[in-house]
Amino acid sequence: MSKKVYVARSPRIAARMLGEEMLVMSAQGSTLFTLNPTATVLWQAADGATPLDEIVESRICSEFEVKPEEAMRDAEALAADLAKHGILLISEEPIPSKSPVQEQHRP
Amino acid sequence: MSVLMQEMGERALRLGVPFSVQLDLTYRCNEQCVHCYLDHDDHGEMTTVEIKRLLKEMAEAGVFILTLSGGEIFMRKDFFEILEYARELTFCIKLKTNAVLIREAQAARLRDLGVESIQVSIYSGRPEGHDAITKVAGSFRRSVAAIRFLRAQGLKVVIANVLMTENMRDHHGVRVLADELGVKYTLDPTITPMMDGDRSILDLKAGVSELHTLFRDEAYISNVDEFCAPPPAPDADSMNSLPCSAGHTACYVSPYGEFYPCVQFPLSCGNVRQQRFIDIWRNSEQLKEIRSIRLRDLSSCSQCAHGSTCTRCPGLAFMEGNMRGPSTADCEKSFARTGIPSKNLLAKKETASPPPRQLVQIQIVPAITGSRLSGIGVPASAVAS
Repeated sequence: MSKKVYVARSPRIAARMLGEEMLVMSAQGSTLFTLNPTATVLWQAADGATPLDEIVESRICSEFEVKPEEAMRDAEALAADLAKHGILLISEEPIPSKSPVQEQHRP
Repeated sequence: MSVLMQEMGERALRLGVPFSVQLDLTYRCNEQCVHCYLDHDDHGEMTTVEIKRLLKEMAEAGVFILTLSGGEIFMRKDFFEILEYARELTFCIKLKTNAVLIREAQAARLRDLGVESIQVSIYSGRPEGHDAITKVAGSFRRSVAAIRFLRAQGLKVVIANVLMTENMRDHHGVRVLADELGVKYTLDPTITPMMDGDRSILDLKAGVSELHTLFRDEAYISNVDEFCAPPPAPDADSMNSLPCSAGHTACYVSPYGEFYPCVQFPLSCGNVRQQRFIDIWRNSEQLKEIRSIRLRDLSSCSQCAHGSTCTRCPGLAFMEGNMRGPSTADCEKSFARTGIPSKNLLAKKETASPPPRQLVQIQIVPAITGSRLSGIGVPASAVAS
């Protein structure tokens, strides 16, 4: 059985929905990113407690027409990319929340 | 500004989102800067609860960039409580401070909270020069020490220097200091009238000849020839352009909850203690009027050679008496840059010229009795000629 992977939003980022895209700025280098709708769903669901495969199954496969295996591969690649930029934290253990990012506000 | 940030600003404009807000937490300050436009007494600042409610409303309205300023933000005992809550709401936080109250512990906490940048005011590279402006002995030493603490935490720091008559010869020293500290440096020659309309501090403003020299200094201007070139004639696109982001994607809230288009544009649009932030943003008649204004609507500037390139500030124009009028301080900058006077400066020059002798006025004087002349205070010499 493969190990569970947990993902959490970094407490050191700024984020806001602008139209249909999520704006994310990493305090690390003040770099600005925009997340597409799939990445936004993953990022919003990254609470540190829900394993990535459950996020893919419950949030991504249910909202986007994509096969589970393909969705999981894409999600793992996306999570690794976001982690590389300091936007997401990845661990094989649940990640306790340091800064309670409660909800992402949509204007 | 990055291309992506510019794109997001344009998108916010299309969507009607208040992308960037400056919130002054207090007007109280531990410095007494000679050029400051604020009344430092506390006339009833918003409470912690009121500010938290406002921050929630701002997040719901879509505000992304939140600049916390003052006064001196660290004068508020609840500053870190406010900042922590703002970060929970995932704002991109920029701070403006004199940094006098920042030591190692505060710098570490700012780093932990993921603050994007901290702007620190430094007015001279010499301690005595800086302290003479802040009127606080030792303020230079403490502010510079704070910058070192912030840098040690890996935080982004920007030194902001306001150029005025008092520190005209000191700006190179501040730039050298910024280089030594490894921080960015900005120099702004804008002096803002007091918020109550008192314009006496404008006497501190750098003159045109000083600006002329500054605008040709390659240490600040990367392409002097381009920067100082005569302006191109305004075309149809520039005539339809917006004066600035104030009231379009940006706004300002005072410590008392007053909602203005910008910190430099004291036209009250409402008060967040009485109305929701988003309701003022969407429904204020003042903001609707500001949003309707294009370059073509400006009385003097639409006819001016500098129309398409001028940095005209609508707030400074408002403080001169007309938000559709010129901002003379910006006219002077355009003149110092290019050597071409603006339409406004030419008009002022004509008005200021001594009027030609109106002999006909003197001819009617003999018809007035001597007692009436003395009654209206006209000296006898005026009649004699």
